[in-house]
Amino acid sequence: MNKDDARKLIVEELGNIAPEADFDTIDAGADLMEELDIDSLDFLNFITALHKKTGVNVPESDYRKLATLDGAAAYLAEKTD
Amino acid sequence: MDEPIIRKSGAAAGVQPNLTDYEKACAEFSWEAARAELDGLPDGGLNIAYEALDRHVANGRGGKLALRWLGKKGEVRDFTYAELNAAANRFANVLAKTGIEKGDRVYTLAGRVPELYIAALGALKRGAVFSPLFSVFGPEPIRTRINRGEGRALVTTERLYKKKIAPWRSEIPSLDHVFLIDGREADKHEEVIDLQGEMDAASEQFEIAQTGPEDMALLHFTSGTTGRPKGAIHVHEAVVAHHITGKYALDLHKDDVYWCTADPGWVTGTSYGIISPLTNGVTMIVDEADFDAERWYSILRDQNVTVWYTAPTAIRMLMRAGADMIEPGRFDKVRFMASVGEPLNPEAVVWSNEKLGRPFHDNWWQTETGGIMIANFASEDIKPGSMGRPLPGVEAGLVQRGDDGSVREVAEPMKEGELALKSGWPSMFRGYLHEEERYRKNFAGEWYLTGDLAMRDKDGYFWFVGRADDVIKSAGHLIGPFEVESALVEHPAVSEAAVIGVPDPVAGETVKAFVALNPDYEESDALLKDILGHARKRLGPAVAPKEIVFRKSLPRTRSGKIMRRLLKARELGLPEGDISTLESDET
Repeated sequence: MNKDDARKLIVEELGNIAPEADFDTIDAGADLMEELDIDSLDFLNFITALHKKTGVNVPESDYRKLATLDGAAAYLAEKTD
Repeated sequence: MDEPIIRKSGAAAGVQPNLTDYEKACAEFSWEAARAELDGLPDGGLNIAYEALDRHVANGRGGKLALRWLGKKGEVRDFTYAELNAAANRFANVLAKTGIEKGDRVYTLAGRVPELYIAALGALKRGAVFSPLFSVFGPEPIRTRINRGEGRALVTTERLYKKKIAPWRSEIPSLDHVFLIDGREADKHEEVIDLQGEMDAASEQFEIAQTGPEDMALLHFTSGTTGRPKGAIHVHEAVVAHHITGKYALDLHKDDVYWCTADPGWVTGTSYGIISPLTNGVTMIVDEADFDAERWYSILRDQNVTVWYTAPTAIRMLMRAGADMIEPGRFDKVRFMASVGEPLNPEAVVWSNEKLGRPFHDNWWQTETGGIMIANFASEDIKPGSMGRPLPGVEAGLVQRGDDGSVREVAEPMKEGELALKSGWPSMFRGYLHEEERYRKNFAGEWYLTGDLAMRDKDGYFWFVGRADDVIKSAGHLIGPFEVESALVEHPAVSEAAVIGVPDPVAGETVKAFVALNPDYEESDALLKDILGHARKRLGPAVAPKEIVFRKSLPRTRSGKIMRRLLKARELGLPEGDISTLESDET
């Protein structure tokens, strides 16, 4: 999966969890939880959803790599390569 | 209970626990003696902030590190007791200058930044009432709480202000002053005040307000089954309980480095995240960032944390993260670990004892009690899954309510009853703001009825059973179903809504909503997402449902009340209980 596809998938999954989120105005390099107003349970659900869709298993120690939209897209692209 | 008991074998090496003999401590305890451990105001009276700050400075301990703040990006800010005192004085002067008087409510809405702690203590010094809000609340819960508390001042950040306050600010006439923590570089709006600019211009000297023990000090909002959130009133005398319970239940010693992970937006983060550690003269760690297993283990090690107070949800997340992260030596300094917010499952206690080398000590209290009431103590054996035994000075019992409002004590071991406390401890709430009737309903004779169901074993250990009402406990936060349902029915498609808590392996419970639609609307995934988005926008992620499902109609009693209990029983596959009052079932 390239980065654009990864980002598309991430936006879709986050959109299911937080449909009110406005992805056009968020800073892709800033803290995702703060930008989208999601809590840690939402974040866990997001990780679970990514796993379901792509099979990528994100260990707890990698969570911080997914802390921004850019970071999450890069991570997912790399893991699905 | 067949859970293994974790025995405390004699005196551990090093620090002697503050409470060594439980029975003796209970027999000898008096609240007067506990009060005597504090100084009181020089001219008489009592003020929480004086006991937390001024008294240490006056007694030559001003140079000690009071607060170490760890920023999200690795920043560190240190405050000695003298520095924190000076900052709180500045804020008290800022409040005085803007016309905030004794008894006025000062709110905070911010992440865990030093200014939040300074505002809390400065407001108390001014004699104002400190009311913290959780920064993850959506605009609606914030507005309701400020409105009900007639907030006069608010300390927040630019981002939170724009997103959650500005849209409705003009509708709350009481809210005269909004201070922005990071407002310095911002465009100067007329309606907000740059906090830092005001602080810089203010004096470090402040004559502390002459508050009495019964003067209102804290206003903590909590949720009930019905109606809007309730503002639980606490008075300055509560500091006596904050202090002594920190000493006994958290085993705070003056040389401790203490880390309470709770956010001051909730009562734990105020009683034990601000007041108790400071009155006990310890160094407290404040971490701005949210939970992150790796970061947390690093903080415990790098900051030499000795006493750690956290919550079951976080502990379960650490368990999920696995034991690989726990390097040898990381836990050498930690002496005592405690947990609160919801019952700590026995597996988590056993896990911590095995993997971290020391057990978590669960304790129990609630917003209304102001401080820890029942606890597992450092020197006492732990029965994993039990909340422990009552603090010295606290009398706990189990009661059954009769139809006439009277109560009868349950004396038999392991028989279920409602957990009740004999009135009179200093941090007992003094009322729900403007709701005398609702307050009175919590009492039967001298018993305060907690709404929690529990059992007591033959050794006097209490075991949590469940809530007596429909309140939901998610990640340690109390959520009132009515507040969530009210937001849901404001969506144009929703005709009625019912909200329950469903079990969750990490959060304890999460919020699930059942909604029925108005005639012109059709069920669809898109509509479901729209309703979810609507609820999240209003309530914020901590309160909004995590799951919503459609129903054609909801089960109601003859008097028209939605039977949440029935929805929950069905959700969990439990017996439906007495459904004689059911008028119309769900479809």
